[in-house]
Amino acid sequence: MKLSHIDKLESESIHIIREVASEFVNPVMLYSIGKDSSVMLHLAQKAFYPNKIPFKFMHIDTTWKFKEMINFRDEISKKYNLDLLVHINQEGVRNNINPISSGSKIHTDVMKTQSLIQALDKYKFDAAFGGARRDEEKSRAKERIFSFRDKKHRWDPKNQKPELWNLFNTKIDQGESVRVFPLSNWTEIDIWQYIYQENIPLVPLYFSKIRPIIRRNDMMIMVDDDRLKIKENEKIEQKKVRFRTLGCYPLTAAVESDATTVEEIIIELLESKYSERQGRLIDNDQIGSMEKKKQEGYF
Amino acid sequence: MDIETFFQNQNNKKQLKILTCGSVDDGKSTLIGRLLFDSKNIYSDQLSQTKIESEKYGTQGKQIDLALLIDGLQAEREQGITIDVAYRYFETEKCKFIIADTPGHEEYTRNMVTGASNSDVGIILVDATKGILDQTKRHTFILSLLGIENIIVAVNKMDLINYDEKKFKDIIASFKNFAREFNFNLQKFIPISALVGDNVFQKNKNISWYNGKSLIDELEEISLKEPLEEEIFSLPVQFVNRLSSDFRGYSGTITSGKIKVNDEVQVFSSKEKIKIIKILTPKGESDFAVKGQAVTLTLDKEVDISRGDLLCSVKNHNYFLSDQFASHIIWMNKEQMIPERNYIFKFINFQTIGKITDLVHKININSFEKIASKFLNLNEIGYTKVALNKNTIFNPYKNNKKLGSFVIIDQFNNQTVGAGVIEYELRRASNISWHQMSINKNLRSSINGQKPCVLWFTGLSGSGKSTIANIIEQKLHKLGKHTYLLDGDNVRHGLNKDLGFTDVDRVENIRRISEVSRLMVDAGLITIVSFISPFKSERKMARELVDSDEFIEIYVNTSIEECEKRDPKGLYKKARSGKLKNFTGIDSNYEIPSSPEIILETKIKSAEELADEVILYLKQYNKI
Repeated sequence: MKLSHIDKLESESIHIIREVASEFVNPVMLYSIGKDSSVMLHLAQKAFYPNKIPFKFMHIDTTWKFKEMINFRDEISKKYNLDLLVHINQEGVRNNINPISSGSKIHTDVMKTQSLIQALDKYKFDAAFGGARRDEEKSRAKERIFSFRDKKHRWDPKNQKPELWNLFNTKIDQGESVRVFPLSNWTEIDIWQYIYQENIPLVPLYFSKIRPIIRRNDMMIMVDDDRLKIKENEKIEQKKVRFRTLGCYPLTAAVESDATTVEEIIIELLESKYSERQGRLIDNDQIGSMEKKKQEGYF
Repeated sequence: MDIETFFQNQNNKKQLKILTCGSVDDGKSTLIGRLLFDSKNIYSDQLSQTKIESEKYGTQGKQIDLALLIDGLQAEREQGITIDVAYRYFETEKCKFIIADTPGHEEYTRNMVTGASNSDVGIILVDATKGILDQTKRHTFILSLLGIENIIVAVNKMDLINYDEKKFKDIIASFKNFAREFNFNLQKFIPISALVGDNVFQKNKNISWYNGKSLIDELEEISLKEPLEEEIFSLPVQFVNRLSSDFRGYSGTITSGKIKVNDEVQVFSSKEKIKIIKILTPKGESDFAVKGQAVTLTLDKEVDISRGDLLCSVKNHNYFLSDQFASHIIWMNKEQMIPERNYIFKFINFQTIGKITDLVHKININSFEKIASKFLNLNEIGYTKVALNKNTIFNPYKNNKKLGSFVIIDQFNNQTVGAGVIEYELRRASNISWHQMSINKNLRSSINGQKPCVLWFTGLSGSGKSTIANIIEQKLHKLGKHTYLLDGDNVRHGLNKDLGFTDVDRVENIRRISEVSRLMVDAGLITIVSFISPFKSERKMARELVDSDEFIEIYVNTSIEECEKRDPKGLYKKARSGKLKNFTGIDSNYEIPSSPEIILETKIKSAEELADEVILYLKQYNKI
């Protein structure tokens, strides 16, 4: 029997997940509700089948996620009986940090990066799984699968531990941690193929539907609630759109699409000329911006 | 396109992991950029981002600099070099590629080794204008050491030498000449220009004299060795799944061969034979599983199996259970490798303390000369003998990469400092170095799984030293650690019964105790010393008798008022009434330690809590 490319990736990821369960005292799986998190959750279930996943899940809620994402999160958590923690940076909420008037940079820093750090400190997790892939962005391409973070959760790209074969250095001191990326070697198309083959449930936002949008900074932004103030020169249009990645709704651009099934998405993807992170406003703040955010503790 | 056909095509594509090695100016990043560009694996927004960056940092004038697609870190873009290993993904009609992009300079040898450890094929770039250089030899040697069987030598920048056939052939001849001793399974030579794209994807009329395939065609045709029918089964147990009471399974990734339900296998360390009842693969329950699959097995009986064990075929295997082996080691840290120093050795499912007992020779990786040396520096490769504290299961690297490789981790800063490939087992009887070695402190203490040290308690009489020290010894004992407690009062009944309490006698008292504790540390013990030891200089003397990281000064901070209030032995009362002379704190001085390793505040915490603080310290500093 020959293992296919996807079979190999699947086993590699399961191996990584089991390694963390064996070597760390208090791991957590970051659950962002997106397609990569959904795949990661699916792989974790396989890793420990027929038993329950032996660690907690955590969602860092910025309070600006699409409503459908939150509903989906709660459904999945109930359906699979997950031990799910939801963390919100209450200080950010009190200071009214938001993606619209605070700007994407401050919002992301306070409600995602700082919030994540708060939660990791609060629960004293020594390992945190993330669904990032190396093909997403150039600085991710250089990150280790087991990526060391110091006591302040910082990443030092120039001082990464060499990672050979599938031998992972899991040794850390108290207060330090690792971020673990079991999907490192998957590409976007691999993820979609796997979702199709395994019939993994996804947030409906990935599929095209008529949704209310406005155009702002050359992007289509969905009007998910009345916190998004419509400016005078803007008008709400009903467009058939979907999302290639999911984040805070005012920062996530919709794409026009007719794809309503996973098959149609894959076909659309094959014909697409644009990469998935293009729909993310936060990456383009400045050259090397993802690398900077990651050094500060972002996933 | 029909989606099912698409998936069928996707599933038929083979996965190939390739490593590109070349030095800064060989055009390596340009080649990878070209592969991504010509295979249409670059999106237009990534391309336009690269165009912006080309204007800022590019080296190709107005043209887009394909290398900038690759160099991901800010420093790399600014300096125009590749620092770290980057992984790239692209696919063609037949193949899915994962490229490890590694720098080629000698100071980045460790990065190249890292990339090579997970690759099936190595592409060695040679600059046609320069020919075979030392670095070409180095790259070839590393690929061979890491067991890569397929190599492609891509002679780049053919456009700069006018596609000169003779120069290309000269390069091939000199490559073959030095690479004779390496046994590559497949060795191909292709003249290319990554900059213009000649012979990368398309064959080019500029090189009409070349009859071979383009680089991509050559890669697509490489067939990786499939496991032989008779290959034996092995599965290092990674995780014991007994997360609920009604299920017990053994999880891990199969590293060789295959397994069927009802097969008889053995637990390698105990030789106990068991039968496979169920095989849970990622695709669900199955009758069989093969190399590379992450599975969970259930067995016909309950046996003692834990992480670190190996399940394998009953017959015909060549695995070893030993604590010594010979291996090649590449050193990856600025702090040099020192023989006889303890490090952590991490294998696929097991880690233990061990040391490099002998550096037989190091290898000049440019000329392959063997050189005598006492140390290995960063990026140096040496042939060594390794002795571990515990038996480990392994197989020579050439037989099984997963069971024949290890990384070396520094015990104190947790850095990955080296990596090794196992050549063969050293049996104790045949290992001369073992017999030559005298038994020393490290060996004695390694049996106990502890690092010997002195816990030197100092503080006023009645401060609580002996109480806390006693609790600590009990706790260490429970942890299976070997200890000895030297207590002031007890020692004065025997060894030091000739000494009084004058300053001179106090110094001699401490001198003797220091010497005794040094002997005990040498014996491998965790030595707990509980004396008032009032003078800084004597505490310093005691400290200097042992290694600097072996002396842990613990100041038990209790005020004189508090001690006098407690006065458990009625000594303060006697001293106050003049019945006891030279009593510390009353009429003899106590010098407070200026920088003890630990300060215990007895006013805030109980003796039990303070003892836990010390235990925590010992754990943090890897003493226990």
